[in-house]
Amino acid sequence: MTDTAVLELAGVAAGYGETVVIEDVALRLDKGESISVIGRNGVGKSTLLATIMGHTVLHDGVITLDGKDLSRVPVYRRAHAGVGYVPQEREIFPSLSVRENLYIGARPGRWDDTAIFELFPNLKERQDNAGNQLSGGEQQMLAIARALMSNPTLLLMDEPSEGLAPVIVEDLVKIMHELREDGSLAIILVEQNSRVALAFSERTVVMDRGRVVYDGTSETLRNDPDQLERLIGVTGE
Amino acid sequence: MSADTSTTAAAAATAGRLDRASARRILLHDHRIRLIELLPWVIALGVFFLFPGYRLLATQILIMILFALSLDLIVGYAGIVSLGHAAFFGTGSYVAALLVSSYGVPEPVTGVVAAVIVSAALGFVTGWILLRTHGLTLLMLTMAFAIMLHELANEFAELTGGFDGINFAPGPILGIFDFDPLWYSSNYFYALVFLFLGFLFVRAIIYSPFGRALVGIRENTRRMHAVGSPVLWRMVTAYTISAGLAGLAGAIYVQVQGNVTLGVLSFELSGEILVMLILGGTGRLYGAFIGAAVYKLLESFTEQILGTDQPYWMLVIGVVLIVTVLFTRNGFIGMYDDAIAWIRRRRRS
Repeated sequence: MTDTAVLELAGVAAGYGETVVIEDVALRLDKGESISVIGRNGVGKSTLLATIMGHTVLHDGVITLDGKDLSRVPVYRRAHAGVGYVPQEREIFPSLSVRENLYIGARPGRWDDTAIFELFPNLKERQDNAGNQLSGGEQQMLAIARALMSNPTLLLMDEPSEGLAPVIVEDLVKIMHELREDGSLAIILVEQNSRVALAFSERTVVMDRGRVVYDGTSETLRNDPDQLERLIGVTGE
Repeated sequence: MSADTSTTAAAAATAGRLDRASARRILLHDHRIRLIELLPWVIALGVFFLFPGYRLLATQILIMILFALSLDLIVGYAGIVSLGHAAFFGTGSYVAALLVSSYGVPEPVTGVVAAVIVSAALGFVTGWILLRTHGLTLLMLTMAFAIMLHELANEFAELTGGFDGINFAPGPILGIFDFDPLWYSSNYFYALVFLFLGFLFVRAIIYSPFGRALVGIRENTRRMHAVGSPVLWRMVTAYTISAGLAGLAGAIYVQVQGNVTLGVLSFELSGEILVMLILGGTGRLYGAFIGAAVYKLLESFTEQILGTDQPYWMLVIGVVLIVTVLFTRNGFIGMYDDAIAWIRRRRRS
């Protein structure tokens, strides 16, 4: 009962088929805690999220959510258990309407259509439009909203700012900060844009070649560009 | 703690019910029946009175529409491509026929019910096994299953009549209306009523949350897993319903003509029905109507013009299929969509 961890990964090695992409990953998230995961391209950040969701082959280690072992649980039951996933490609259902996209994964809880439309007023205006009629920014908002509609305890976001215009990214960042400050769900944000990532959460995890090489405060990295440079090879844009 | 969780769970369950109910209400509102949807039924009634000589052909069209509709549920909505859907059509046919010829139950609606149950059960079992595979493997397995069934029916000739089939005489419908082999009047309405019921059923399914989930599976299976949908079970359910409807079509098909032959299980029929659906347009409900009607009419008229000694009509169908697939986005229904969009654009400018 004293355990406050919402997510715990211990000794996780996972990948696609026989290939191992991430190795020996240990990670612990408290209820309502948010972290950012940064690192160069191809170091396994997205694979980490995919592994928590169950899209990869888990070769070793244990994943627990709210104390329950998820390691061998099929993807859809992980969603029921409280994992919400915002994929990098957004993956909006093109021929379903915005509303249908929201309802398709809806589970009871505080995030219902009223709460969602308050957070994303754009989506309210476009609720009758088909998924493929949305702009990139709107699709990203819808992808986040769809994940929220399942009322997760843990939200995984894979590079939400990718490919969006700076002004849209600003809106998105504002919404992400609102979600974080709300504190009702734990968030793992994978982000190429290290400026966005380091500003998002107090804690940042850096990955390199499939392993966690830094797990500490974002402030340290913000104030020490040299260390950041060493870890991810590029300074924040 | 435990009392606490149970109340939360109860509250969540209530909220879940409300959620689903409101989702259903919203879906129904979004997909109300429009006026133009009356058109096929007006045509169906018109054909009956205006062209009494074509009632046999028209009855076959109605049944093929129902069969194509059943296929559309899996191909067009759930994205499960099958080259063996005649397996269920044929199963329904033989169940309906054998019930009369071997089991002495001549009442046709009883035969239909039995046919639906048996073919749906077959769909459930095969779906549960086959739907774990995807793409070409699945396509080959559906085909292999249908061919096996066809061969099995051929093998057990004492029961099925083998290549010669069975002639049988179904009794009056519900004990009241006799089938009319000469003018096809009751036969036509028999098929029309079942098509109408089948259509309403399919329409209700595709605009339910379950139906929307099928579309989600077709468009992005991986994402459906991640939003918490038990994909395999959804697909098996759709496959079972589709098999039951195909069995329904098969039963009516043999009842109205009073005989069944191995053709109802043939690979050709599996292919034909897929061609009808593709011609009409998949995933659009009315594609089945247009596709089956166009296909059967083309077949009939080319035979009338060019004779039946050579399968010229296959050549015609082939050309029409090629043109349709190359130049339309989604069969005839896609052409209709494009025409509507074009008219709207013209009106606006």
